[in-house]
Amino acid sequence: MNIPNELLYTKTHEWVKKSTSKEVIMGITDFAQQQLKDIVFVELPSVGKELKMGTPCAVVESVKAAYDIYAPVSGKVLKINQKIQEKPQLVNEDPYGEGWFLHIEISNPNEFSSLLSPDQYRVASESEH
Amino acid sequence: MKKTQLYDTHLTCNAKMVSFHGYEMPLQYDSIIDEHHCVRKNAGLFDISHMGRFAVSGDKAFQFIQQIITNDVGQLADKQVLYTPICNEQGGIIDDILVYKWHEKHFMLVVNCSNAEKDLSWLQKQAANYQPLEIRDLTDSVSLIALQGPQSINMLEVAFESKFDSIKRFYFDDYVWDGTRITISRTGYTGEDGFEIFVDSEQVVKLWNLLIGKNKQDGLRPIGLGARDTLRLEACLLLYGNDMDETITPLETTIGWTVKFDKGNFVGRESLLNQKTRGIDRKLVGFEMIDRGIPRQGYPVFKGNEIIGKVTSGSFSPSTNKNIGLSLIQSQYAKIGEEFQIQIRDNRYNAQIVKTPFYSRIKR
Repeated sequence: MNIPNELLYTKTHEWVKKSTSKEVIMGITDFAQQQLKDIVFVELPSVGKELKMGTPCAVVESVKAAYDIYAPVSGKVLKINQKIQEKPQLVNEDPYGEGWFLHIEISNPNEFSSLLSPDQYRVASESEH
Repeated sequence: MKKTQLYDTHLTCNAKMVSFHGYEMPLQYDSIIDEHHCVRKNAGLFDISHMGRFAVSGDKAFQFIQQIITNDVGQLADKQVLYTPICNEQGGIIDDILVYKWHEKHFMLVVNCSNAEKDLSWLQKQAANYQPLEIRDLTDSVSLIALQGPQSINMLEVAFESKFDSIKRFYFDDYVWDGTRITISRTGYTGEDGFEIFVDSEQVVKLWNLLIGKNKQDGLRPIGLGARDTLRLEACLLLYGNDMDETITPLETTIGWTVKFDKGNFVGRESLLNQKTRGIDRKLVGFEMIDRGIPRQGYPVFKGNEIIGKVTSGSFSPSTNKNIGLSLIQSQYAKIGEEFQIQIRDNRYNAQIVKTPFYSRIKR
């Protein structure tokens, strides 16, 4: 399972990358895409939408079912990845790269402290196996 | 939770198991989409031992079957298979089944796993006037596997070193293999050519391994319930509990052709005839999404601001690369080309009624 060291994680299998002091990029983890397998649809929020940490911000669908994706931090949606809406399998193929979901302008930097380190996430996801 | 004889075999093949109407069954071994294409282009092997199987024998077995089904068993030759609903007095579908006829006094019914118990008590109740009649539950003693796909005939012949082209579509025959009787029918639930094989439960693992072992190099692989669902939906084969239930009659679905009013009396005939005369208010139709979005069972269907029905089955369709579904809607809108909207979460998306099946195999 690929858990890059430079990222932070949530228990619900999202990853977060700090790109500037005010902005993060997020997506779903390699573990999540492996569990979902064939991703055939992604629904993303509109740019400008205010997200609240821990609440649903996107939907991914496999052949069998739809799953909510949760906002890893609170803030405003700055950019969405239109490419994964057109080619959802990018999320399976490259979950940390081309398969990114959103850029978010963070509203509360204190929230970072509740995200998981790579090691913490490894432990959390292994217990789900 | 019940397990089929092949449970350990599935685990060895890395199956992701799910609970399905009381059975632990393989949802997928790998990617549902890859499994789907494998059946369409080559062949796949399914464990469908969860389906109910009842042997019906007796002097009046023929009359009994004719009374409980809507289709006409009188048109059936020996060793032929018939698809039919069983209806209640109101014409609602109790189950959809396959009837196997050995001869006038001996039949087998293959029923949905989800309905097996209900069916058995219904059959026993209906059997009162047809005694002596024996209804024997074979579900545990006989296992059932399906070999499906354009290459299934070749793979069957390679495995048994024997010819099977004499079995025509919707016929079956009995064979002796490894000292026991097996029954092979040319039937299936995928929209492809294929076979379903009934074998003693003690022998099923051996048969499964034989089929896979002899055909692995040609690409035969096990297929889970996930692909079984996408395959059957593309072929517009209905699923009980989704597209049919006891509140829906065959005339409202795509299997109205299975109701044979001319054959004489049967359970539900009067109600169905009334419905036919009165006019049918709802109709099951196939549709594809125009906008992006995957329709799922239960999503409401809108025309303007009015709800005109609901989605009964829906999925991404690997063979057409579209999002497709079936919906039960008001008949007035049930025309090919008609557009409606499907509510998916908070938004409504355009869809259009299309001709079914969504996919049909190239007949060879």
